[in-house]
Amino acid sequence: MQADTRRISPAGMLLVTAALALLSMLAFMTLGAKGSWAFILSFRGTKLAGMILVAYAIAVSTILFQTISGNRILTPSIIGFDAMYALLQTVMVFALGAAGANAVDPRLQFVIETAAMVGFSVLLFRALFSGATRSLHLLMLVGIILGGLFRSLSSFLQRILDPNEFVVLQDRLFASFNTVNADLLGISAVAVVAVTFILWRLFPTFDVLSLGRESAIGLGVDHHRTVTILLVLIAVLVSVSTALVGPVTFFGLLVASLAWQITPTASHRFVLPIAVCLAIVTLVGGQVILERLFAFNTALSIVIEFVGGLVFIFLLVRGSAR
Amino acid sequence: MIEIRDVTKSYGSSAVVDRVSMTLPAGGLTSIIGPNGAGKSTLLSIVSRLMPMDGGQVLVDGLDVSTTAGDVLARRLSIMRQDNHITARLSVRDLVSFGRYPYSKGRLTADDVEHIARSITYVGLGAFEHRFLDELSGGQRQRAFIAMVLCQDTDYMLFDEPLNNLDMKHAVETMKLLRRLADDFGKTVVVVLHDINFASTYSDRIVAMRDGRLAFEGTPEDMIEPARLQAIFDVDCRVHAVGDTRLVNYFE
Amino acid sequence: MATSRPRKAIHRSTGARKDRTMKSLLIAVPVILLLAVVSVLTGVGSLASGLDGGRGWLLIVESRVPRTLALMLAGTGLAVAGTIMQMLARNRFVEPSTAGTAESAALGMLMTMIFAPTLPVAGKMAVAALTALAGTALFLKILRQIPLRSVLMVPLVGIMLGGVISAVTTFVAYRYDMMQSMGTWMSGDFSGVLRGRYELLWIAFALTLIAYVTAARFTVIGMGEDIARNVGLDYNKVVTLGLCIVSMVTATVVATVGMVPFLGLIVPNIISLVVGDNLRRTLPLIAATGAGLVLACDIVGRMIIAPYEIPVGTVMGVIGSVVFLYLLLSRRTHAS
Repeated sequence: MQADTRRISPAGMLLVTAALALLSMLAFMTLGAKGSWAFILSFRGTKLAGMILVAYAIAVSTILFQTISGNRILTPSIIGFDAMYALLQTVMVFALGAAGANAVDPRLQFVIETAAMVGFSVLLFRALFSGATRSLHLLMLVGIILGGLFRSLSSFLQRILDPNEFVVLQDRLFASFNTVNADLLGISAVAVVAVTFILWRLFPTFDVLSLGRESAIGLGVDHHRTVTILLVLIAVLVSVSTALVGPVTFFGLLVASLAWQITPTASHRFVLPIAVCLAIVTLVGGQVILERLFAFNTALSIVIEFVGGLVFIFLLVRGSAR
Repeated sequence: MIEIRDVTKSYGSSAVVDRVSMTLPAGGLTSIIGPNGAGKSTLLSIVSRLMPMDGGQVLVDGLDVSTTAGDVLARRLSIMRQDNHITARLSVRDLVSFGRYPYSKGRLTADDVEHIARSITYVGLGAFEHRFLDELSGGQRQRAFIAMVLCQDTDYMLFDEPLNNLDMKHAVETMKLLRRLADDFGKTVVVVLHDINFASTYSDRIVAMRDGRLAFEGTPEDMIEPARLQAIFDVDCRVHAVGDTRLVNYFE
Repeated sequence: MATSRPRKAIHRSTGARKDRTMKSLLIAVPVILLLAVVSVLTGVGSLASGLDGGRGWLLIVESRVPRTLALMLAGTGLAVAGTIMQMLARNRFVEPSTAGTAESAALGMLMTMIFAPTLPVAGKMAVAALTALAGTALFLKILRQIPLRSVLMVPLVGIMLGGVISAVTTFVAYRYDMMQSMGTWMSGDFSGVLRGRYELLWIAFALTLIAYVTAARFTVIGMGEDIARNVGLDYNKVVTLGLCIVSMVTATVVATVGMVPFLGLIVPNIISLVVGDNLRRTLPLIAATGAGLVLACDIVGRMIIAPYEIPVGTVMGVIGSVVFLYLLLSRRTHAS
C-alpha cells in the first residue's frame, strides 16, 4: 500500500481524484436522462449543487477537526452537534407544533440553528480552556456526554409529544441526500464561501497545527485563537450539511481516512482538496450507482453510514487509522 | 538575555515553581539541574510561553513572553520538548521545513530552502532527508527535531531533557551538537539535564533547582562540589578532577 | 495507559477501609429496601382501593413486585458489568454503553428478530450475548492496535465503535422496517415489566454472583497484564471470563428492558472514590448502589409527569451524563 502510493506524486493523486469527481458529476447529470434537457439540468443541477456543498462541508470540517485534535479517528459530529440539531428540532416542533414548525421560514431556521451550534461550540471551548491548559480530548468527551444529555432530553420531549407531530419530527431528523432542501442552497453557499475565505487566510497554519499545540506555539502560532476560530468555522460547516441533508457521522470519517491514506504527503495543500474530491465521488457517484445500477430505494445516507462505519473499523483494526 | 522575575506556577495548593528569579545571560550553554519534581521542565515551558504562569514575568531581550506576539517571539526563541509525538506522517525534510514557518508562513523562499538543507546536513541526516520520521531510529529522530530548532535559527534555544532515551553514543553526539550551537553560531542554549556529569562537562553555567525554587547557580567549578550536590540532590558523592572536567561519582 | 488517578494502595489501612465498606453497606442496604418499598407503592393504580378485594394484591404480584425486582436486578448487573469492563480496559471511563457492548447486543437482537423471529426470548438473548461478546472483544482488540496517549481516548474510541455498530444496525433495521424495535432495546423502560416477562434477569444476578466469587482476579487484571502474569494468573482466561460476564449481563438487560446508560460508569467511580478498588470487598457495595440508583431513577421518572412516565433510560441519561461530566472535570490529573 505504502509502496504503491509513494510512486504517484501528490499532485498526480489530486488530478486522479478530481477527474473521478468530475466523472461522477457528469454521470449524475446525464445518465438515464429522458425528456427536456432544460428541466433535467435545472432539476438535477439543484440536487448536484446541494450534494457538492455537503461533500465540501463534511470533508473540510472533518479533516480540520482531526488536525486540531491531533487524531485521525474523530469527527466533529460526535461532539454533540447532531444531538444538538435533534434537540433544536424537537424543541421547535414541541413549542410551535408540527404545523407551526413547518411554517417557519427555513432560512430563518438555518440561521438560528447555525447560531446555536456555533454558540454551543464556543461556550464549550471557552469553558474548558479558560483556566489551565486542558486537553482537547477532554473537550470532546464532554461534548459527547453533552450530546448524550441532549439526546436524552430530546427523547424526553418526544415522549410527551403528540404521535402525529412525532412523525413530522422524525422526518426532519433523518438524513436524506435525495431531498436536498432547495430553499437553503443560496444561504448555504454564502456561508460556505465566507468560511472558505477565512480558511484561506488561515491556510498556512494548518500544517503547523498538526504538529501539536506545543510545537505550534513554539513556531509562533496563536494556538488558542486559531483553534477557536477553526472550531467556529467547523460548527458553521456542520450546520450547513446538517441543515441541507440531516445529521451524518461516518461519512466524514470515511472520506478523511481515505484521504490521509492515499495522499502521499501530510500537507493540507493536497489532503484537503483530495478529501473534497473523494467526498464528491462517494456522494454523487454513490447516488448514481444506487439509482441507475441497482434501482435501490434505500436512502443513500444509511448506506454511506453503514459502509463508512465498516471501512473505518477495518482501518482501525489494521492499525492504519491513527 | 532572559530575565525571569518572581515566576510562580501552582497546581491546586502546591507550587511547582515558587517565586523563581534569575537572569540567563546571552551566549553560552546553561544547564538546569535538580531532582525530579524540582520544576525544571515547568520553568522551561513557562519561559517558552507554552504554559501560562500564575505570577511573575519573563523577559526575552526585553520582550515580555506573555504579551509579545507569538510569531515575533518565535524568531527569538525556540524550544525542543521531551515528548515529540506527531500524528501527521512527515519526512525529515517536511519537519525541518517547519522551522522556517515563523519567517515565511509556509511559503518557502530560496533563503529558507538553503537554511533547511544546511540544518539537515549539520545534524548529519543528509542521507535520510526523504525518510519518514517513523522510519528513523530514536537518535536520528532526536536529531531531526534538533535540526528543526536549528532551522528556526533563533538566538535562544531551549531543550527539555534532550538526552532522554538516548544511548551513550547518541547522548554524547547530541551534547556535542548543542555545544557547537553555542560555540559556532553564538546561540544561547539552555538545557534541562538529568545527568550531572554531562552538565559538568558541557556547561558554561549551571542552575540548580529544588522544590520549585532556585537553589544555586554558578560555573561548573562552583557547582560541582560535594556539599552543594548534597544540598541539591540529597545524595553523598565524591568529585574527581579528570583533566579539565570534574566528574561526580554518586554510585557508591 | 494509566488509570485516571493513582490507584490507592490496596493494603494501606486495610482494617479502616474494611470498616468503612461495612459501614457503607449498613447504610446502603436499608436505603435500598426503603426505595424498593416506595417503588412497589408508586404507580397509577391505587393500591388502597382494595387490598383485601384482591385487585390491589394482583397488581402487586403481577406488576409492581416484578418491576421492582427487575429494576434491582438490572441495576446490580449493569453496575458490576461496568466495574469489570473498567478493570479489563484499565480505564475508568468505560462501561457497556461506551464500549460498543450494548450496541452489539441490540444488533444481535435485531438479527434474531429478522432471521429467527420464532426463537424464544432466551434464545434471542443468547444470540445477543454472542454479538455483545464479539463487539466487546473487538473493542479490546482496537485498544491494543492504536497508540493511546490519553486516558480519554479509550472512551472516545468505544463511543465511536458503538456509533459504527449502531449505523450497521440502523441500516439493517431500515431495510427490514424495524426501526421501532431498535428504540426499545437502546433505551431502558421498565413500564412493560410483568410477571413472566423479566425472569431472565435472574441470569444477570447469577453472573453477578460469579463475578463476586472471582472478584480478586479482576482486581489483579486491573493492574495490568504484566503484573497479572507475574502473580501467576492466566491473563487470557480471566479476560475471557470477564468478557463473558459483561456481554451476558448486557444482553439480558437489553433483551428484557433495554439499555440503561452510564449506570456501569458512575456507580463504580463513586464507590472507588469512597472505599477504593479492592473488588472482593467493594463489589457488594457496587451492586447495592447500582440497584438503589436505578430504583431511585425509576421512581423519579414515574413521579415527574404522573400519570405518564419517563423511561428510566432517559432519566439515567440525564442524571448519568451530569455525574459523568462532574467526574471528568473534577479529575485532579489532566492527562493530555
